[in-house]
Amino acid sequence: MTTLVYLIPVALFLGALGLSGFLWALRSGQYEDLDGAAERILIDSDDGAENATRSK
Amino acid sequence: MSCCAPGAEMALDMVSVTSALPSSQEIKLASRSLGDDLHQTELSIPAVRCGACIQTIETALGKLDHVEAARVNLSTRRVSIRWRGDDVPPFVAILGRLGYQTHLFEADTDTKDKTLSELIRAVAVAGFAAGNIMLLSVSVWSGAEGATRDLFHWVSALIAIPALAFAGGIFFRSAWNALRHGRMNMDVPIAVGVSLACAMSLYETITHGDHAYFDASVSLLFFLLIGRTLDHVMRERARTAVKGLSQLAARGAIVLRADGARDYLPVSEIEPGMQLLIAAGERIPVDGKIIRGASDLDCSLVSGESTPRNVAPGEPVQAGVLNLTGSLTIKATADAKDSFLAEMVRLMEAAEGGRAHYRRIADRVSALYAPVVHLTAFVTFLGWMAVTGDWHRAITIAIAVLIITCPCALGLAVPIVQVVAARRLFEHGIMVKDGSAMERLATIDTAVFDKTGTLTLGQPRLVNASSIDPAMLAIAAGMAVHSRHPFSKAIAGFAAPGGQHKFDAVTEQPGFGIEAAAAGSTWRLGRRGGWKARTGREGRHGYGGTVLTKDGIIVATFDFEDALRVDARAAIDQLHNAGMCVEMLSGDTAKACAEVADGLGVDDFVPCLLPSGKVERIERLARDGHKVLMVGDGLNDTPALSAAHVSIAPATAADIGRNAADFVFLRESLLAVPLAVDVSRKAGSLIRQNITIAIVYNAVAVPIAILGHVTPLIAAVAMSASSLLVVGNAMRLQGFATGASSAIARQDRPARAGALAQSS
Repeated sequence: MTTLVYLIPVALFLGALGLSGFLWALRSGQYEDLDGAAERILIDSDDGAENATRSK
Repeated sequence: MSCCAPGAEMALDMVSVTSALPSSQEIKLASRSLGDDLHQTELSIPAVRCGACIQTIETALGKLDHVEAARVNLSTRRVSIRWRGDDVPPFVAILGRLGYQTHLFEADTDTKDKTLSELIRAVAVAGFAAGNIMLLSVSVWSGAEGATRDLFHWVSALIAIPALAFAGGIFFRSAWNALRHGRMNMDVPIAVGVSLACAMSLYETITHGDHAYFDASVSLLFFLLIGRTLDHVMRERARTAVKGLSQLAARGAIVLRADGARDYLPVSEIEPGMQLLIAAGERIPVDGKIIRGASDLDCSLVSGESTPRNVAPGEPVQAGVLNLTGSLTIKATADAKDSFLAEMVRLMEAAEGGRAHYRRIADRVSALYAPVVHLTAFVTFLGWMAVTGDWHRAITIAIAVLIITCPCALGLAVPIVQVVAARRLFEHGIMVKDGSAMERLATIDTAVFDKTGTLTLGQPRLVNASSIDPAMLAIAAGMAVHSRHPFSKAIAGFAAPGGQHKFDAVTEQPGFGIEAAAAGSTWRLGRRGGWKARTGREGRHGYGGTVLTKDGIIVATFDFEDALRVDARAAIDQLHNAGMCVEMLSGDTAKACAEVADGLGVDDFVPCLLPSGKVERIERLARDGHKVLMVGDGLNDTPALSAAHVSIAPATAADIGRNAADFVFLRESLLAVPLAVDVSRKAGSLIRQNITIAIVYNAVAVPIAILGHVTPLIAAVAMSASSLLVVGNAMRLQGFATGASSAIARQDRPARAGALAQSS
């Protein structure tokens, strides 16, 4: 019983952390172009063009 | 083409939309000001397919002067560009040089999709809550007792109540809306079941009871939200894809002021009496009268006539007509809101018939289902009250009945099938606006087609090429490349492979044809008799037709016919086989219609119809008890599209036509129509199966619940199992391979390969 007193809050906190992480990602527009994100990983950004054109 | 995954959606494979590039004034008009001299323009680029494309476009645009940033969105196939200054950087030209066709996009006031983010947030919260509560519930089921169980119930309640309030809002609002208007929908039993279960569990928790149903109510919401989100994503994707097509209405026009100044004004600011300059290749924005210039007009989108009309000063022109060969000065005779286009919108709104009365299957089922379920629960309560007199027990069991019958499977049964079906149609380039369209399409028995632009491409094809001297044909083709007249384009397709014929001078005489000088002789390509007034030397060999003359002597004649859309014949045969009656309605002449109808095996046709005539015809069919599918593309078809029970438009249709239609197909092949009917019918039968499954499940589960044997564990298992069964059944739609779809896939390949080659 005593273990539950801190285990349940810990579990809930971790879950809430995951949830808020997801909501943050959603709000910051990371789900707006899923196909593009998959392709962008293949683009070399050695000339810095990638950073220059990032609109956010 | 390894860069383009085979699974990537093949939306917007359309190639040949005849429209001029947007002018820089037009771009500026459509861009959004971000303040501080900064503008944002959205362009749709259908050919973007892979990482390489993204990089090419972003680098090329980023290098332009005044461009702040360019970012490609691969999911929506759009690029948004931020730029400074008054002059629009040449995006369209740059992208054109890279091989990407672009369409201008109206920058939305708020590009974010609010409903979608609300749904996703709700799914996330419900998922989090369901996971955690389920974890606690498993401990309770495996034997937690006394104070531990109470603690777990309390924690569950603390998670469940805020989660239900947040994630369930969508259902509660929709249910309330339905009830307020005296209707029933699936959300009513959901809302009632979930909130009663929650209230009862709370009471149980407070009174240290055994059973709390927090897990059931939250996971129910979670499943339903997933279904709803998928449904929304599918529809949204169709909507953006349709919106990304080029706009076929003019956005503005150059106005010639009395003092000679030229201003580019948006359509809404053009007033009667203004003089407008319409260059070749532009659409006419408002109704007007020609005051200067001669040209050929492509009226196919407006009246359904396939042959370009020759116009001279003094003649009236309608909004939406495409100016082909020469520049015109017209005097506006009506405001945009009184123009032909607006007239069509009014007719369309008046015609809004069949679909307004249509009630979706899910709503019809729930109208029967909800009262039955609620009555059963109530009778159960009364029964247990009568037998035991223990009101707490009676309520507990009655609510267990409500939970077990909560239409989780029923709520998923319809949308999940429609999502899978829409996805399948999407893969074949067919966009579905909403699920009810598929239900309606499954019921039709009569298909009505427009002629020009639907059964035919609205582009002429040279039919007697084999009987023309190849040398003459090559000369004609060399001349024809200088014109955008549809006949010229058809002839230009026969250009000699070994390069262009050399001419000293080529001039286009709007309304007459093309004149070229080569090696001392004068060649003319144009209407027979077209030059007579100017030369007076032509022979008289019948009327009409297009001829090539050398120094006034006819050396070749060209016959054209309107090219039939790919697979039109096969599509109509398939519709016949599906037991449908096929009709053709057209604004074109009886002769032109008869030829097409004979060639395609159409049962019946009505020529020379005005837009209102088409509506009347469809309404008469509807009165005779037919369910009518309308397939059409022109402005003149738009009222008919909305009058019909369900409607399909090709992507080349006028903007309002595309918006009015329930389905839009992006490929050239007309086989899209039988495919859509086929998939809709299959979806219809799967929906009926799913509803049967859900009802059978209830028939088994309800007696158990009424007898009071349902614990939260049984409720959770039964609910998940029935949902999985329904989803699994819907997935079978993916497996159905039909003749129509494989035929479409076959003929798609070359087009797709062409698009790929272009994009790399």
